Amino acid sequence: MALARLGASARHAPAIVKRLAGVADDAADEALESLLGESFASRMAKVPLTLGPSGVDAFGLDPEWTKYVVLTVATLHRKYFRTEIHGIENIPTGKVLLVANHSGQIPIDGALIAASLLMDANPPRFVRAMVEKWALSLPFVSLFFTRVGQVVGVPENAQRLLAQGEVLLVFPEGTRGIAKTFDQRYKLTEFGLGFMRLAMETGTPIVPVAVVGGEEQYISVANVEAVAKLLRAPVFPIIPQLFLPGGQLPLPTKYRLWFGEPMRFSGDPDDDDAVIEEKVWLVRQTIQAMVNRGLKERKHIFW
Amino acid sequence: MTDSGTFRSSPPRARMASVPVLSGTGGVLVTGICGRLGKQLARALHRDRHVVGVDRRPFHDMPKDITHAQVDIRRKKLKDVFRAGDIEAVVHLGVMHDPRASAAEHHSWNVAGFTKLLEYVSQFRIPKLVVLSSANVYGPQPSNPQFLTEEAPLLGGQNFSDIRDLVEVDMLAQSFFWKLPETETVILRPVHILGSVHNAPSNFLRLDPVVTVMGFDPMVQVVHQTDVVHAIELALRPGIRGIFNVAGPEPVPLSRYIKMLGRQKIGVPYSLARLVMRRMWSLRLTTFPAPELDHIRYVCMVDDSRARQVLGFAPKMSLEETVQSVDEGRW
Repeated sequence: MALARLGASARHAPAIVKRLAGVADDAADEALESLLGESFASRMAKVPLTLGPSGVDAFGLDPEWTKYVVLTVATLHRKYFRTEIHGIENIPTGKVLLVANHSGQIPIDGALIAASLLMDANPPRFVRAMVEKWALSLPFVSLFFTRVGQVVGVPENAQRLLAQGEVLLVFPEGTRGIAKTFDQRYKLTEFGLGFMRLAMETGTPIVPVAVVGGEEQYISVANVEAVAKLLRAPVFPIIPQLFLPGGQLPLPTKYRLWFGEPMRFSGDPDDDDAVIEEKVWLVRQTIQAMVNRGLKERKHIFW
Repeated sequence: MTDSGTFRSSPPRARMASVPVLSGTGGVLVTGICGRLGKQLARALHRDRHVVGVDRRPFHDMPKDITHAQVDIRRKKLKDVFRAGDIEAVVHLGVMHDPRASAAEHHSWNVAGFTKLLEYVSQFRIPKLVVLSSANVYGPQPSNPQFLTEEAPLLGGQNFSDIRDLVEVDMLAQSFFWKLPETETVILRPVHILGSVHNAPSNFLRLDPVVTVMGFDPMVQVVHQTDVVHAIELALRPGIRGIFNVAGPEPVPLSRYIKMLGRQKIGVPYSLARLVMRRMWSLRLTTFPAPELDHIRYVCMVDDSRARQVLGFAPKMSLEETVQSVDEGRW
């Protein structure tokens, strides 16, 4: 257990701290079991992973670490955002590329999609998201991302993971999507083409995912580009709720996830941008249609 | 990059009577033979083949059937060694990694010395050349793929100028590979070599407590000294040419290696570590230059499938044996 390991490394900590760590660990185990319906260990045993001699896989994924992260995200998934899931049976076994719309200022949508695949998919899958390389240059953040199995977003890594039959999660809108202002909510921005070339090169089916509920968790009224440029950040959103007491937490919207049917694309992955754009347009339209349908069916934002 | 070698074939007046044939049993010239890796290689080879050693240092406890020439490879005396004949293969271990030597000395040795060596290899038509490079030429950075293939760009010199010499040696060897197809050039890029050698990774793991950068615990590959010797032996066989990444047992997080050796670990914030390293370096209190901190922050691992498939290489030493070897025979 990672908590017990932390306790052990503080070699001279008094025994009471160690006992507290043990108690917290057991409580975490129980909470997770009630959320998952079975113990974490037996759930992870169903996930196809190749662990090395030290209990981490070649990319640094450590199931012990993921336990605590999964507990947090699973709690958010079920209790806070009360996520509704549709179509999770559409996800094929073997390698898959999940393509979703991005929203919400912070990537809670990614965490919830990953939690869904671990909690509700059968067989359970462990999602790998592609992280920015600057995240891997930060202390602790880089360690955290690595230990929960997220990898740096370079094509070689993506190809290797797909060859291992894993599930990759991509948000082709990128920062443009996550930092949308409220008036642009649920209108998908432009998609990058990289994921399509990757899918064609590796013969991976694409599962479009529509996320509804993310745009309302942090309401951004404007994006001040001048300040963003000054801070050398991609965006600088103005989020009024942050100034209210307790407003730093995301609003408890009800998240709804739709997993579409797998789409398969063939052809030359090195083709001209124009040819690839047509295929990407198909995926984008599919997701936009799924999002629109979800918005129409939705009666209330928060329940 | 200085490309001072024009690899001309031997001028008419000095043409050799016969071109050596690559049989796999002829004489081997080993540069840098007096290092721990060199001595181990010499001992592995000398029973089956004639070994000629070249090193500035004297060779103590030398087996009787090895010829040793205490020569600086930049001097003309090296040519006499070649002229003495019977050399079928050259193994270049004599790449200077010692960061304490001045940059000029480094450059002179590695680039000028290696260029001279290549000239003789070309002139005397030596049919086999094995160059020991390093996976460090790829350079540790946060944007690295988890497993680098031999085609990955050599970016080691980006943040660490001292490694540019090593990158240049690797590139000179690559250039030689193409310019002189009659010579089978092999470039080996092993990951961190552990053993009785006194190199940076082995010395790092010998520290107690081991200093790490707080908040980072990258996956690291290591390889045992003996396995590297074995890889060189495989590379010497006729028909083998090209670049090969060489890795040992499966990768493991850095903290795990430290735990296996039973050492204490101290995490230091990066900015502080860099400051302290720079100061200690300028006072010559340490053999670790500050940019090497990147090796304990970011990943620099290799894909060794080409070595396994083409070279037939497989590490014989287990993870425990490889790691424990840094504590054996510390002298």
